[in-house]
Amino acid sequence: MITMEGICKSYRIAKRNAGLKEACKSLFHRENETIEALSDVSFTIEDGEMVGYIGPNGAGKSSTIKILSGILTPDSGSCIVNGRTPWKDRIAHVREIGVVFGQRSQLWWDIPVIDSFELIKEIYSVETHDYHHNLEELTEMLNLKELLRTPVRQLSLGQRMRCEIAASLLHNPGILFLDEPTIGLDAVSKLAVRDFIKKRNREYGTTVILTTHDMQDIAALTNRVILIGKGRLLLDGTLDTLRQQAADLEGGEPSEELDKIVAKLYRGLDIL
Amino acid sequence: MRKGILIYGRYVSVVLRSAMQYRLSFFLMAAGRFLIAFNGFLGIYFLFSGFSEVKGYTYGEILLCFSIMQLSFSLAECCANGFKKFSGTVKRGEFDRMLVRPVSPMLQVLGSGFELGRIAPALTGVMVLFIGIKNCSVDWTIGRTAALFLMLLGGIFLFAGLFMIEAAVCFFSIENTECMNVLTYGAKEHGKYPIDIYGKGLMRFCTYVIPYTMVQYYPLQYLLGKTDNCFYALYPLGVTVFVLLCYLLWRVGVRHYKSTGS
Amino acid sequence: MKKYISFFKIRFQVGLQYRSASIAALTTQFLWGIMECAAYRAIYMSSGMEPPMEFSALVSYIWLKEAFLAMFNTWVTTDGDIFTVIMNGDVAYELCRPVSLYRMWFAKSVGGRCATAALKCVPIIAVSVLLPRPYRLSPPRDLVAFCFFLLTLFLGLFVTVAFCMVVYAITLFTISPQGLRAVLTGAVEFLSGAVIPFPFIPQPVRGVLELLPFGSMHNVALRVYSGSLAGGEMLRAVALQVFWIVALVLLGKAICRTAERRIVVQGG
Repeated sequence: MITMEGICKSYRIAKRNAGLKEACKSLFHRENETIEALSDVSFTIEDGEMVGYIGPNGAGKSSTIKILSGILTPDSGSCIVNGRTPWKDRIAHVREIGVVFGQRSQLWWDIPVIDSFELIKEIYSVETHDYHHNLEELTEMLNLKELLRTPVRQLSLGQRMRCEIAASLLHNPGILFLDEPTIGLDAVSKLAVRDFIKKRNREYGTTVILTTHDMQDIAALTNRVILIGKGRLLLDGTLDTLRQQAADLEGGEPSEELDKIVAKLYRGLDIL
Repeated sequence: MRKGILIYGRYVSVVLRSAMQYRLSFFLMAAGRFLIAFNGFLGIYFLFSGFSEVKGYTYGEILLCFSIMQLSFSLAECCANGFKKFSGTVKRGEFDRMLVRPVSPMLQVLGSGFELGRIAPALTGVMVLFIGIKNCSVDWTIGRTAALFLMLLGGIFLFAGLFMIEAAVCFFSIENTECMNVLTYGAKEHGKYPIDIYGKGLMRFCTYVIPYTMVQYYPLQYLLGKTDNCFYALYPLGVTVFVLLCYLLWRVGVRHYKSTGS
Repeated sequence: MKKYISFFKIRFQVGLQYRSASIAALTTQFLWGIMECAAYRAIYMSSGMEPPMEFSALVSYIWLKEAFLAMFNTWVTTDGDIFTVIMNGDVAYELCRPVSLYRMWFAKSVGGRCATAALKCVPIIAVSVLLPRPYRLSPPRDLVAFCFFLLTLFLGLFVTVAFCMVVYAITLFTISPQGLRAVLTGAVEFLSGAVIPFPFIPQPVRGVLELLPFGSMHNVALRVYSGSLAGGEMLRAVALQVFWIVALVLLGKAICRTAERRIVVQGG
């Protein structure tokens, strides 16, 4: 179970203007600008839930994911994941989570995928028996058989993403964070990734938290949507709640296509 | 600890396999690095065809000093190259990935950054070490041999510590890592001569600010029989304190990263 | 010709924009120079033998080498974009332009090097003439020496660029441009007199080194400045520089043409 309560996080950014004179000035006197990345964010996610986490760029999505995965320490508030505070008990915590960063790779570029997997096995100290079992299942579900012996640089983006997801699940985590897992993928790969996530959730009860800009991902995968904007939690409900809210804001028909609804919400809530 | 070594070994094997995908490139790069180190030797060789000594150090003695610095630098660079690549690691966001794994981030930085080709100058180092031994009149007692190994070991840790500082600086500012080159490459390049030839001021800097003299000047005095005080041979152990301080800076950096996230 | 001058100009402007004259890099080079001078001073002081070069001439050699390093660097910090184009295969696009690849790269390289050197030489020279006595950069021996210094400096730059062009042309064929470059850089460093000045190298090695193209790079100018190279010997060195420029340009162009044809045939 994941509970977040009153999480606040602000960054201080040194303001510096261009030019030598300004650079010299900033040596003695620095103007800081404080940016509220997250203010008073609270939610609870039960085991086995699938949650879509949406918001415009710079809304605080990745800060939240970083806090949940123990990379970032918040200023205040509490967060308990499976009984632990992520940033205090990082090593024990990260053993139980899997993270996929859609725009970054954890596989070694020049060597076959399977070699990267073996390294990850060592890092997570997965028992050999469990490792083979997990690998077999993932290979089957994601259709990786042909890919494992190929160097990553020869894979297409879609093939690579399937391998990335497998790499994040080799230690069989109970919680999976997906940060834009379908970015840049073609239609077939997108469907394959969605299918897999759904299946994984159904068969293993894996809790999935998904950030994305692709509303079709949300529609296909999740019932529950959390909307965040300018560091504030604005909405926590189903897709229908989302539709309703959009309709309340601007009027008009509630059953438009999702992208339009979301754009309307972003604009209406003034969070862009 | 054992697990740490095992994982580091895994990384090394992965890195080597990657490098072997570009075999020709790998060997040529290594040859280039070897040549650059070898140029340092040629410089000393030709210089000493005209001069006979520097402040009481003979040709063979200078070669010993040169080779010890080359060896410790290249071994340190090979193993701790991850620190040198660290600004890129942070920029590409790869450090986030390291933090969501249940092993020490430093181990991952070191493992993924291992670069065997950097060891090529050590080959020059070994060659020159033998030439130096042949050309100087050191009586190789157990104590002196031990002093040599302590110098090497201390040197490796000293340079690794400096690379660690270079990496730790990246947590605060990505752009200002260039100034560390003076302390690392500069020390390798100019440390080929015993530090006392550069005068008192530099001796003081190299003792109290960055403890180069601990691994070079002082143990070298004992090694070359210029002093009988065998305590000098133990000076390299003092580097432990320096490395500990570097590690503290790294820890502060990681904490800073975790509170600012960039 | 006009378009190549504009390549030179563009590269020169980019070079000026680039933070290549950052304080950190300058400090590094400056400390490097001081350390080198200090080491030679210790060697000079502890030896009774007659040194092959006056100390003030050696100090000038070291400071000018640091000041104009960017001009003679074979390790491409300044030619970065040319090399990137070769590495990532974008050279195919460059071939689509209605210009000669050789001349364009030549102009770009000269422009980049001049810009970086112009930025760096001013502060380094300014500081080094203000240093206390033995480490101070002394003025050129006389006006003639200074004029010949400027002439040989640019001739040396052209030799360096012409040599680099040969290397770039060859790298169009190999599968490991980086490796080739690393090996050549290692070799050129010693052969051009960047490790120790030629006067310290005994004959007959020195004679051979002076005849090689690498001896016509920065060696000539830095020694002309302080009068370590003068008279008939200097004129011979200038003639040799001109010879190497012509020879290397012809060689580079020939290889470049072959490479161009090959790239076109292969379609990139």
